[in-house]
Amino acid sequence: MVPLSLTVNGKPIEVEVEARTLMVDLLRNTLGLTGTHIGCDTSQCGACVVHVNGRTIKSCSVLAVACDGEEITTIEGLACDDGRLHPMQQAFADCHGLQCGYCTPGMIMTAVAIADEEDLLEPARLREELHGNLCRCTGYQNIVKAVIAGADAMKRSG
Amino acid sequence: MQNFDFHRPQTLAEAVSILAEDEGAKLLAGGQTLLPTMKQGLATPSALVALRAIPGLTGIRACDDGSLEIGAMTCHADVAASPLVQRLLPGLAALANKIADRHVRNRGTLGGSIANCDPAADYPAALLALDATIVTDRREIPADEFFAGLFTTALEDREIVTTVRFAPATRVAYAKFSSPASRYAIVGVAVAASGSAVRVAVTGAGADGLFRWEEAEAALTRDFSPEALGKFEPDPDMLNGDMHASPAYRASLTRTMTIRAVRTLLSERILD
Ligand SMILES: Cc1cc2nc3c(=O)[nH]c(=O)nc-3n(C[C@H](O)[C@H](O)[C@H](O)COP(=O)(O)OP(=O)(O)OC[C@H]3O[C@@H](n4cnc5c(N)ncnc54)[C@H](O)[C@@H]3O)c2cc1C
Ligand code: FES
Ligand code: FES
Repeated sequence: MVPLSLTVNGKPIEVEVEARTLMVDLLRNTLGLTGTHIGCDTSQCGACVVHVNGRTIKSCSVLAVACDGEEITTIEGLACDDGRLHPMQQAFADCHGLQCGYCTPGMIMTAVAIADEEDLLEPARLREELHGNLCRCTGYQNIVKAVIAGADAMKRSG
Repeated sequence: MQNFDFHRPQTLAEAVSILAEDEGAKLLAGGQTLLPTMKQGLATPSALVALRAIPGLTGIRACDDGSLEIGAMTCHADVAASPLVQRLLPGLAALANKIADRHVRNRGTLGGSIANCDPAADYPAALLALDATIVTDRREIPADEFFAGLFTTALEDREIVTTVRFAPATRVAYAKFSSPASRYAIVGVAVAASGSAVRVAVTGAGADGLFRWEEAEAALTRDFSPEALGKFEPDPDMLNGDMHASPAYRASLTRTMTIRAVRTLLSERILD
């Protein structure tokens, strides 16, 4: 077992894991944070996207032990403690940016990461940036709409 | 995935000695190729030696003579976003920005990409066209010697890529026709110009992996224009055919991507 200390959604965590534990398995199985999904387990779909030090990664393709000392944010870390949704989550709800919701945590974590990059929010460019996130049911029209609305709301809420 | 020992050395020397003690140990960079390979059981290392904590392997710097050095552990996203790379080698920044997707670019590294030497990977084409120097823990290897075929490099056992150096006053443009699913190159062509010397390197197309297209190099050295290529296409017999594209289609794409890269260099519109 390998000792590991990291921060998950602002909380310091100390655990021992097998070296082969994937970040997504640490989150889901050990920490009970099942909002991060496994869609493919072959690094294609982006359902498992979380932030490591503010940058998006596919947590099915990163070892937990490779993130020692880092700060992880998952979909559970976005909403306020009182249950109010994060502006990007609210925008996905308002714009019908989800149907089954399977891809949604990864989509939203990706959207939050690019929300402050103005030049990426132009629709054609945004579709490019969402290349690593596959949705099988909503279609991308409303997802693109949601990301743009969510980014705007994030800016307004400071 | 089979379990393994995990090491996080703080120095290169420590990494080398761990590799020497355990024959089955493998280096871990971004893991974006290695982990999927291990999940499939195609690699079963007894230990992984993570390079992340070793200082000096990450980062981008300009040297006094105007050459550019990029540390092996620098991720694709950092190369793409670097003002220094954008200024000195904008074509390389643009290439890095077109590898895979943003999540893979945040993790995958230059060193991992070239050590792995996937026949459809992007960086190898640029390094070969730019005549880059691959610096390891023990020597310097010119790109012409480094890339030695499908998933094959000149790296010896336990040798660690530390830096890649690009000579000054060279420009590169890269044009890729990518697989819509993976973004790997079905054909990718890097054209580099240094004074009047032109080098053309092709990824994704060759039956034996990366290659220099010498016929195009000679034509473009005489006359740096799309017209100079005339009707040239590489011989389909030396190209790869698969579910994505036949050898004949790859030959045609090689010509088209070369023309696009030449046009980009001519118009200086290297970043799109
Ligand atoms: C979905 C997806 C799409 C992709 N699309 C593209 C694409 O369009 N174009 C492209 O070029 N690539 C693509 N890739 C590959 C990606 O660029 C990888 O990051 C890269 O090939 C490997 O880099 P890594 O840092 O992840 O290396 P790792 O996976 O950690 O290592 C790869 C190999 O190199 C060895 N190694 C690593 N670092 C060193 C070093 N410094 N010295 C010696 N040996 C070393 C390792 O032991 C291992 O054998 C894609 C990957 C994925 C998952
Ligand atoms: S589950 Fe990680 S990319 Fe699909
Ligand atoms: S909402 Fe169902 S996969 Fe995207």
